Amino acid sequence: MKGIGQKLYHWLDERVHLDQLVEFMDKKSVPMHRGSIWYYFGGVSLFLFIVQVVTGILLLLYYKGSEQLAFESIQFLMSKVSFGWLVRSVHSWSANLFVLSAMIHMFSVFFERAYRFPRELTWLTGMFMFFLALGFGFSGYLLPWNELALFATKVGTEIVGVVPGIGKPLMILLRGGPEVSGATLSRFFGFHVAVLPGIFVVLLTIHLLLVQRQGMSYPLRKEEERESLKTIPFFPNFLLRDLLLWLVVLNVLAILAVFFPWELGRKADAFAPAPAGIRPEWYFLFMFQTLKVFPAKVWAIDGDVLGVGLFALAGILWTLVPFWDRKSRHGEKGRLLTWTGIGVVLYILVLTVIGWLA
Amino acid sequence: MQGVSPNMERTSKRDFLKLLLGGGGLAWLAAVVYPVLAYLKPPVQGEVEVTSVKVGPLSGIEKNSGTIVRFGTKPVLLIRTAAGELRALSATCTHLDCTVQYRKDLEAIWCACHNGTYDLNGRNISGPPPRPLEQYRVVLQGEDVYLSKNA
Repeated sequence: MKGIGQKLYHWLDERVHLDQLVEFMDKKSVPMHRGSIWYYFGGVSLFLFIVQVVTGILLLLYYKGSEQLAFESIQFLMSKVSFGWLVRSVHSWSANLFVLSAMIHMFSVFFERAYRFPRELTWLTGMFMFFLALGFGFSGYLLPWNELALFATKVGTEIVGVVPGIGKPLMILLRGGPEVSGATLSRFFGFHVAVLPGIFVVLLTIHLLLVQRQGMSYPLRKEEERESLKTIPFFPNFLLRDLLLWLVVLNVLAILAVFFPWELGRKADAFAPAPAGIRPEWYFLFMFQTLKVFPAKVWAIDGDVLGVGLFALAGILWTLVPFWDRKSRHGEKGRLLTWTGIGVVLYILVLTVIGWLA
Repeated sequence: MQGVSPNMERTSKRDFLKLLLGGGGLAWLAAVVYPVLAYLKPPVQGEVEVTSVKVGPLSGIEKNSGTIVRFGTKPVLLIRTAAGELRALSATCTHLDCTVQYRKDLEAIWCACHNGTYDLNGRNISGPPPRPLEQYRVVLQGEDVYLSKNA
């Protein structure tokens, strides 16, 4: 058996020079320090994305993206298809864990200032992927065509509509008409399974290539003592730890999917009132809760316009942090920035909890 | 072309070709982008203008209750107050497009999405809604209830 493997390697090596790749892998190392645990969350996010692709393709075999058939096709999937309930449940749970893991990854990079020169592009591609992940969540939520999904989509697309100027045309573009309807379902289905994955994979490739090209980021405070830091080889030591964690995550996912299966709810009806207790997915809750407590008018501005405007501004500033945080470039950790980050985390946590309990 | 060096002649020729190529490229881009953008914009569907709908007999509507009636493509909330009076209002929340409902316990109109409330005249009284609900006219013809747009 070993002979065949070696022969195959030799065959490939002759043609594509695997020796260079092996040499690169041999040299790649991961620094060990107090914050090393944060290195794992990028990998976990990647794993969950792969789970999404696989389960997503499986769902595509049965899902029917139309107003008349969407809800029924998922009913069929969950009640008749062998393990259909499991595939759908894993897809939904994995989506949520993916957003969570990506958030942890993002905040750890933020607090470690790992976005600083020369890794600005890695941060940017990561942030764009995060926004795409929210887009995946939002578009995927509509696909079962149930009551909650209908109103979540009405509200979400209406929020796009409050943006002055381009808002209304953009809203109609998203909805495929003035109202949320079957046309919206078709469009969201297209976004969810073709447009977003296409863009995401391009960004992911750039993101991963940058990480390989530039190596792991060292913690800011250790910049001087870089030489003295212990490192472990990426291959196989770190990779094996990565894989072990992936296995743990897969088990968590299986437990969640089996013991807390995703519900389907009631079929969407455009002529039924919004059900009591309606709320979006947890990662939109803090924004939802903010809109809920904002008054109708602040000075002369509509509360929504102001709320949405503030979130957009905060999102842009956050995305551009590598370009305005000058301190980290000179090897300093700005206290104000750390406190701003803590403030953001607290704000999100508190409003999410309030929204959850309400 | 006397007085013009061959070098300059070549530069102007190159400029001309650049312009041609650049302009052609732009025109090509426009010819591709415009149809795509136009394609993305959904066509406006001709809708039958509904001016009035028949709801049914008055006896079928309980006091202190609200039901949603289809008015063309729009939902309209028909309320019969505790006193027996009929009111009809647009059921689309002016905040973010959710569908409102009549709450017996509050004797008010409530939106579940962001906890907005309106009084029975459709005035926004609490929560985020920025505007009142649009009113519709209720007409009694014999025993039957009809809804129509406020002129």
